[in-house]
Amino acid sequence: MKETPLSNCERRFLLRAIEEKKRLDGRQTYDYRNIKISFGTDYGCCIVELGKTRVLGQVSCELVSPKLNRATEGILFFNLELSQMAAPAFEPGRQSDLLVKLNRLLERCLRNSKCIDTESLCVVAGEKVWQIRVDLHLLNHDGNIIDAASIAAIVALCHFRRPDVSVQGDEVTLYAPEERDPVPLSIHHMPICVSFAFFQQGTYLLVDPNEREERVMDGLLVIAMNKHREICTIQSSGGIMLLKDQVLRCSKIAGVKVAEITELIQKALDNDQKVRKEGGKFGFAESIANQRITAFKMEKAPVDTSDVEERAEEIIAEAEPPSEVVSKPVLWTPGTAQIGEGVENSWGDLEDSEPEDEDEGGSDEAIILDSIKMGTGLEVSNTGSQDAPIVLSDSEEEEMIILEPDKNPKKIRTQTISAKPEKASSKKPVKKRKKKRAAN
Amino acid sequence: MQADAKIRTEVGTESGPRGPVCSLRHFACEQNLLSRPDGSASFLQGDTSILAGVYGPAEVKVSKEIFNKATLEVILRPKIGLPGVAEKSRERLIRNTCEAVVLGALHPRTSITIVLQVISDAGSLLACCLNAACMALVDAGVPMRALFCGVTCALDSDGTLVLDPTAKQEKEARAVLTFALDGVDQKLLMSTTKGLYSDSELQQCLAAAQAASQHVFRFYRESLQRRYSKS
Repeated sequence: MKETPLSNCERRFLLRAIEEKKRLDGRQTYDYRNIKISFGTDYGCCIVELGKTRVLGQVSCELVSPKLNRATEGILFFNLELSQMAAPAFEPGRQSDLLVKLNRLLERCLRNSKCIDTESLCVVAGEKVWQIRVDLHLLNHDGNIIDAASIAAIVALCHFRRPDVSVQGDEVTLYAPEERDPVPLSIHHMPICVSFAFFQQGTYLLVDPNEREERVMDGLLVIAMNKHREICTIQSSGGIMLLKDQVLRCSKIAGVKVAEITELIQKALDNDQKVRKEGGKFGFAESIANQRITAFKMEKAPVDTSDVEERAEEIIAEAEPPSEVVSKPVLWTPGTAQIGEGVENSWGDLEDSEPEDEDEGGSDEAIILDSIKMGTGLEVSNTGSQDAPIVLSDSEEEEMIILEPDKNPKKIRTQTISAKPEKASSKKPVKKRKKKRAAN
Repeated sequence: MQADAKIRTEVGTESGPRGPVCSLRHFACEQNLLSRPDGSASFLQGDTSILAGVYGPAEVKVSKEIFNKATLEVILRPKIGLPGVAEKSRERLIRNTCEAVVLGALHPRTSITIVLQVISDAGSLLACCLNAACMALVDAGVPMRALFCGVTCALDSDGTLVLDPTAKQEKEARAVLTFALDGVDQKLLMSTTKGLYSDSELQQCLAAAQAASQHVFRFYRESLQRRYSKS
């Protein structure tokens, strides 16, 4: 689905509002939207909400062999996905320019700033290291994806616990979470991106632009910083010329914002830790606001399944028995059999050059046994009418099909004798037998 | 309301202490939580959680256009890594179920897209996907001939039936059966199974799923009643 274009009057309205220092959501120029962080039941899973923008973060780990030139370093891998859920214009499985840009920025912010001690992820130098994979899914796009994604990534990394390993000689032991408590990653600092949108060639500046503001902005400046006010990444896009003091002012604002966000993250992490330790309820179910009218919860509901057996029996008893449980298999040649009255199988014909010989050989081994009853009844009712075998073969459940020829040699003989003259006219096994019986 | 009262009395008799009683995990649902999609819902069954977003009826690509009905698309995204064969197969099962209930003929030459994101998987994933999809479709206001729900049953090695199994129970189970049932008369819309089971066990599971679906539909009704209540 294509994105709805922004109309000219809408664009003009937004720009006029920005000139008057007004924002549509009632924020001031330097205000951030509300940040909400919630954690899942498993480690390393979080959802970060920045206003209406929502990002799901999940960290996973795997033991892999390291890169050749970095034998003692673990591998960090970031993957941001723009799901179609977030906005209709995002197509699944396409690497758009925006996606590439965001992924690159994330890598620079988190990997190149060395916020995670990759050497502590080494298990056996040159052989086994941990690969930490950070998957980020954008769930709802309302502007400023990069800030939300960087917060989600660092929160998920802080929340993550990897399984403990021990090395004794050449042996590497991986401990399940029940055996040994999983260990957290060692994180040096927490870089957080702060975005600044510029309008009218840098005359006006807004912090944390929302989707509408992003669509009318001229340029974007992203500063990644940690709480020690160290700049980790700085990127300006959109092709606007910024003055030196503008950049300095932005970095000052970023410093304040990062301090606030870091504090919030720490609080959220501590809170989750406490709840887990006390054995309270945690996970996304707890983060659903109960007072909201759109949310609803139901406690564990017992379902009575005592009458299930009776009902099942009833249904089975009521149901008509399947018209033909198993059609009689016919063994044409060793390894080639036919079930049902399908199209004439020509496999046997192809194998042998002479059809007459094939027929003899084929019917020698063609054992048709409808059931045990049938087998025993055959000697008595050899003179039976055409209906008799049909009735017998319909006795469904206890029917047994035996493909071994040695069980009933008598029948084979009768068949071989009778099959010969009829074979030419009809090759269908069922018909053949009926005719044979009539002849008998 | 009458129907509601009837179900209530049924539940009253059901909860009597007789026979083995299975239970569903706790359910939670939040609708309309995303601003961009036309309809969205997050559905939780125990620790299993799915987020669903629905776009539609909306513009459709010419290549996917169907002249007499809406094109239904289902996208299921795993939490870790890229979607694989398992996701594709689930997408198809969900799409077939939705196609059976969505009145696509009312919106010819449009697309209805359901995007499902796995938030956490702790067993009965497909059932939870189906429930989330249904709630999101309801939120988007897509016309449907009936509601639908998913119920998963697991059979232990000794033949004990477990409803809404957790990941651990699914792993230990001899057979896992998932059914999609419609909301009018609990008819079967879709069934997918894994493992060995007998004829009568299949019927037992189906009967149990039908009993469980009553609870799911009651949950749907109550949550929608709450949503459209004035208070």
